[in-house]
Amino acid sequence: MATREPGGRSQSSRSRRDEEIDEAPAPEASAEVTERNEQLTEDVDDLLDEIDSVLEENAEEFVRGYVQKGGE
Amino acid sequence: MSVRRVIGTEVEYGVSVPGQPGANPMVTSSQVVNAYGARPELTRGGRARWDYEEESPLRDARGFSYSGALYDPAEALADEDLGLANVILTNGARLYVDHAHPEYSTPEVTNPRDLVLWDKAGERVMAEASRRAATIPGSHPIHLYKNNTDNKGASYGAHENYLMRRSTPFADIVVHLTPFFVTRQIVCGAGRVGIGQDGSTPGFQISQRADFFEVEVGLETTLKRPIINTRDEPHSDADKYRRLHVIIGDANVSEISTYLKVGTTSLVLAMIEEKALPGDLGIADPVTELKAVSHDPSLKHLIRMRDGRRLSALDIQWAFYERARAFAEARRGDDSAEEITFDVLNRWESVLDRLGRDPGLCADELDWVAKLRLLEGYRERESLGWASHKLQLVDLQYSDVRPEKGLYHRLVARGAMKTLFADDEVRRAMVEPPDDTRAYFRGRCLAQYASEVVAASWDSVIFDVGRESLVRVPMMEPERGTRKHVGALFDRCASAKDLLEAITSG
Repeated sequence: MATREPGGRSQSSRSRRDEEIDEAPAPEASAEVTERNEQLTEDVDDLLDEIDSVLEENAEEFVRGYVQKGGE
Repeated sequence: MSVRRVIGTEVEYGVSVPGQPGANPMVTSSQVVNAYGARPELTRGGRARWDYEEESPLRDARGFSYSGALYDPAEALADEDLGLANVILTNGARLYVDHAHPEYSTPEVTNPRDLVLWDKAGERVMAEASRRAATIPGSHPIHLYKNNTDNKGASYGAHENYLMRRSTPFADIVVHLTPFFVTRQIVCGAGRVGIGQDGSTPGFQISQRADFFEVEVGLETTLKRPIINTRDEPHSDADKYRRLHVIIGDANVSEISTYLKVGTTSLVLAMIEEKALPGDLGIADPVTELKAVSHDPSLKHLIRMRDGRRLSALDIQWAFYERARAFAEARRGDDSAEEITFDVLNRWESVLDRLGRDPGLCADELDWVAKLRLLEGYRERESLGWASHKLQLVDLQYSDVRPEKGLYHRLVARGAMKTLFADDEVRRAMVEPPDDTRAYFRGRCLAQYASEVVAASWDSVIFDVGRESLVRVPMMEPERGTRKHVGALFDRCASAKDLLEAITSG
């Protein structure tokens, strides 16, 4: 969570905005990102297994059969 | 000035009967709505009709009435004549058939938190409606999806409505909202597999709707869709208010996406009304940039501004955020929804910060990121290309309203997606209206006096209490008819007749 300076500007927003203005290369993955990615890899297989168990059968036919009229 | 504002959403749901390609969507949608409308608390003594008296969807916010032939002004009435289903719920919402989709319009609420709650209640109403429709002997299961396209060229809407001061010049709204709407999708996009209106170009994009927008400003909603829609039909005192009808948003299932969508938009509208924005964020070609932003989930695309600068969607969102933060800080203590205002600001800041570092950090909060995480997982594990039918199915089924089948719901059940409300709160909002708008009056009338309510609309309730003529109670002020105003009256009046006598004698 970014810390805010008085006046409402965010530390991270300033630094991020400055980076973009300078068009600096993307920063190396932070520890937070690395840790998250490791945890995600473990979780993802499990997650996809569960999703597989609820996905409609015959994806092609199902997706083709989903035809809507415009609305609004 | 804050996020506090009378708001509501209206969402058209995708409707499908698997294995029955010939099913008529108007009939199917009516079956869904009628199945829910057959609930006993809504049918005592017959069902209330929708009252179209004050509807004028062709009035234009720029000050003229539309007289083109593309749109039939009698359409709403014709829908009624066809017997298309239309139910007013005890929570103050409207559940009906709009063209070929079942649609749920939330009751009027006064803040983004309540909006999420009653919008979520609508999803639950739809799930319950399709479950009930399936129990009718001989019927086929009807699936409902809270999304915006069939990926074959058709799009249907998820509209937001914001009550605004009539005195605010419409031109100001256009100037400031356009860059905001082009870029807010990085926060509240729902994610889509497929590029182009028919989705035929393989790829992933941030928004369901971006590819369907063709002009900057206009009255249409079904063709030549505009970034800023000019429909001006306030359903309230037209001298005091306008209802800003926003058609560009995606239908969100993530509570945080919905919350930030309406919360940040409310803040920007507050700044527009107070003339607190400098107007330095004009985009050179908004329609093209809308699509370019959507087509770039890396968030690196640089938008060409009118003044020649090149800014990312994140830069523009940061600029709006910083101004909103300063605006709200300067008004601390003068905001009846202060807690929610600052909660919206804190979450907005946090999301922008994480999107800037690695969008994946928002996978447990934002729809498009959550969806992309699933898709990337499959792409890697099963070496799938973006044209894969399985990926298209994941995209579609993410928005399935059924708790046991909807992928969003499966993520929530695993603790992989954050929510704002507990299940029982959403269930309660399916039947109970918000306390602090005229929806309270409408909802309690339906809950308590269903047999005496002949019709209702956003700004009226019509009773038959056995007099020679019907009695129409106008509700032109959206913030009147609240629990505070009339709660005790409802507690004490056993019939609508008693209520009307109490109102007219008081």
